Amino acid sequence: MATTIVMPQMGYDMREGTVVKWYKNEGEQVDRGEIIADIQTDKATVEFEAYVGGVLGKIYAAEGVAIPVGETIAVITEPGEDVPVEENESVTSSVESSETLSTSEPDKDNADSSSIPGSENSTPVSSLSTEEHASPVEGVRASPLARRLAKERGIDLSTVNGSGPGGRIVEKDIDGYNGAPVVVASGINITQADAVTTEPLSSMRQAIARVTVGSKTTAPHFYVTSEIDMLKAVAFRQEINDVLTDGTRVSINDLIIKAAALALKKFPKFNAFFKDNTLEFHSSMNIGIAIALPSGLMVPGINNCELRTLSDIAKASSDLISRANEDNLTNEEYTATTFSISNLGMFDVESFSAIIFPPHAAVLAVGSVKDQPVVRNGELGISKIMKATLSVDHRVADGAEAAEFLVEIKSLLESPVLLVV
Amino acid sequence: MSTEMTYRQAICQGLTEALDEDPRAYLMGEDIGPYGGAFAVTQGFWEKYGPRRIKDSPLSESAFVGAGIGSAMAGLRPIVEIMTINFSLLAIDQIVNHAAKVRYMSGDQFSVPMIIRTVTGAGASVAATHSQSFEGWYASVPGLYVVVPSTPEDALGLFRSCRELMDPVMFVEHILLYGSRGQVSEGVKIPLGKADIKKEGSDVTIISYSKMVQNSLEAAAMLENDGINAEVVDLRTLRPLDVETIIKSVKKTHRAVVVEETTKFGGFAGEVVSIIQQEAFDYLDAPVERVAGEEVPIPYSMPLEKLAIPDTQRIVSAVKKLI
Repeated sequence: MATTIVMPQMGYDMREGTVVKWYKNEGEQVDRGEIIADIQTDKATVEFEAYVGGVLGKIYAAEGVAIPVGETIAVITEPGEDVPVEENESVTSSVESSETLSTSEPDKDNADSSSIPGSENSTPVSSLSTEEHASPVEGVRASPLARRLAKERGIDLSTVNGSGPGGRIVEKDIDGYNGAPVVVASGINITQADAVTTEPLSSMRQAIARVTVGSKTTAPHFYVTSEIDMLKAVAFRQEINDVLTDGTRVSINDLIIKAAALALKKFPKFNAFFKDNTLEFHSSMNIGIAIALPSGLMVPGINNCELRTLSDIAKASSDLISRANEDNLTNEEYTATTFSISNLGMFDVESFSAIIFPPHAAVLAVGSVKDQPVVRNGELGISKIMKATLSVDHRVADGAEAAEFLVEIKSLLESPVLLVV
Repeated sequence: MSTEMTYRQAICQGLTEALDEDPRAYLMGEDIGPYGGAFAVTQGFWEKYGPRRIKDSPLSESAFVGAGIGSAMAGLRPIVEIMTINFSLLAIDQIVNHAAKVRYMSGDQFSVPMIIRTVTGAGASVAATHSQSFEGWYASVPGLYVVVPSTPEDALGLFRSCRELMDPVMFVEHILLYGSRGQVSEGVKIPLGKADIKKEGSDVTIISYSKMVQNSLEAAAMLENDGINAEVVDLRTLRPLDVETIIKSVKKTHRAVVVEETTKFGGFAGEVVSIIQQEAFDYLDAPVERVAGEEVPIPYSMPLEKLAIPDTQRIVSAVKKLI
């Protein structure tokens, strides 16, 4: 829409001003905030900034001529827009009377209705033909259907090119719409078509979609986060790996699995399933570990983690990971889990919240172990900190219980010798 | 089972059934007796049913339509023929102020179960006073049914339903359709107020009735060559009007052209356009087009008459304006 630029009031007693210099010519691009003129008042000459961007459509105030405050000095239009005709200018619109006979066939044009007796002045409508002679429509020209579709799809009609009669935006323009032309402040239009392609979801992706939506929509999640000092755990892991001779390597994650299993033993609610209005408790701590694969995500489990030694868990988890990558897992391995752990530590992630893997009551999400300043006994020191976030189904447990459970895991990891006694 | 017959034969069969099945039924009109009717619909009736049931009337539409109304109120089932709809103007007071109002004005004590058969349309070079199409006017009158069949099957099927009504019907036949042929299904009966999709399509809906349905179908066939798949809706009855079918079709195709034979200004097509914009506005991808007659008395001259009424090419052009 065109914006009328008026002589500004620059000082309470200013009555008129004079444009002493225009920095832009008619037709030139103007950015918002750009100085377009120098305006002289009784007191000073002031730089005048455009308060909208666009094209300087017309200059009304000639240089050196005093103009009263509030009078139009220029019009800024949008690119391609005509300068509106001022009321005081003579209107020379091109509305013509059209023929009374239909003009769909050329030979019919020659049939003059007035030659038929009784037809004089018989046209009851004052002829104002549409399309060709109509004055330009303000704003965007679009069919009702196109408007509705654009609204439904959140498309800004001013960015769509119309292919219908008279440039009207019609349904197919919306269907074929590939993103808005990007208008850059410099005024250069860059139209980068967004190439949309689709690919069908793999069955695993579909399953993930189904399971996560099911979990998030039925299990009310809440989240509890704690910082765990892993200094001792890291050293403890090194110590174990130094003494293992069969090539087994215990990972930080294996320590977390073991800690979780022991904590679950103490807080069995988090090893339970919410079923209708009952809680189904499980005596086995079968802990699922989330494994990222190129095709998606799997959560195979290690059974009876509460009974296994750390090296057992380490062997089982490395076996699961390698077989998951070979797509060689059995159905039972990812259906019998009772709790799960998702670890993004290898990705330099501080912390995140995981979606509970149904029918579990909770999932533990752990981030990277990082060197961080800590205060220990009033002294500043450096330690290895890991953030762990527990997602809990609120139907099963409340915040305080979740806190206690998480702190139990924290205590075990901070005194890792407890994992082996 | 279906039989091929002409539009004339279909109406003739409808009349025969009425006379054979209902002793209260009788026909009345100008030249319908020994002459056999101006459009030869009642040929042989006088010989078969005799002057008591096939009544030749004097040339006074007001008188014989009034007589029909009276006999209907008294319990008979008159089928009155007004030679053409142009002459119905002489009886318009009887039709609008009496036939259509008696039930209402008498507090339902009387009804007028009468079928007025009449003939509409131009194209026969019978000049300005014999070539008009007033069915749209009658459609504006509460208390009347207005039936405008375009095929033999619709003519017979609708006529059978009209016989069951207890209110007056304007059964409007088209002057150029009497010789048209079509299959008529055995036992066909078509309820009033039910439009018919004469051709299914996806790109535009052409809405018309009576003779203009034939032009619309021809236009649709021509459009097919240009890759435009038009749907043709035959209204079949103007009152009651099947809004549902119109709107469903327009919501599907997103474009509409309404075709009628008579002058555009104040025409029935305007009512259809109004309904479309009201009920399907957010489904329209183009303005609704109207194809109608020119604002002139229908000329006697054949070439000029052709120009004054819509033809197939004009429907094609109107559709192309929208796509």
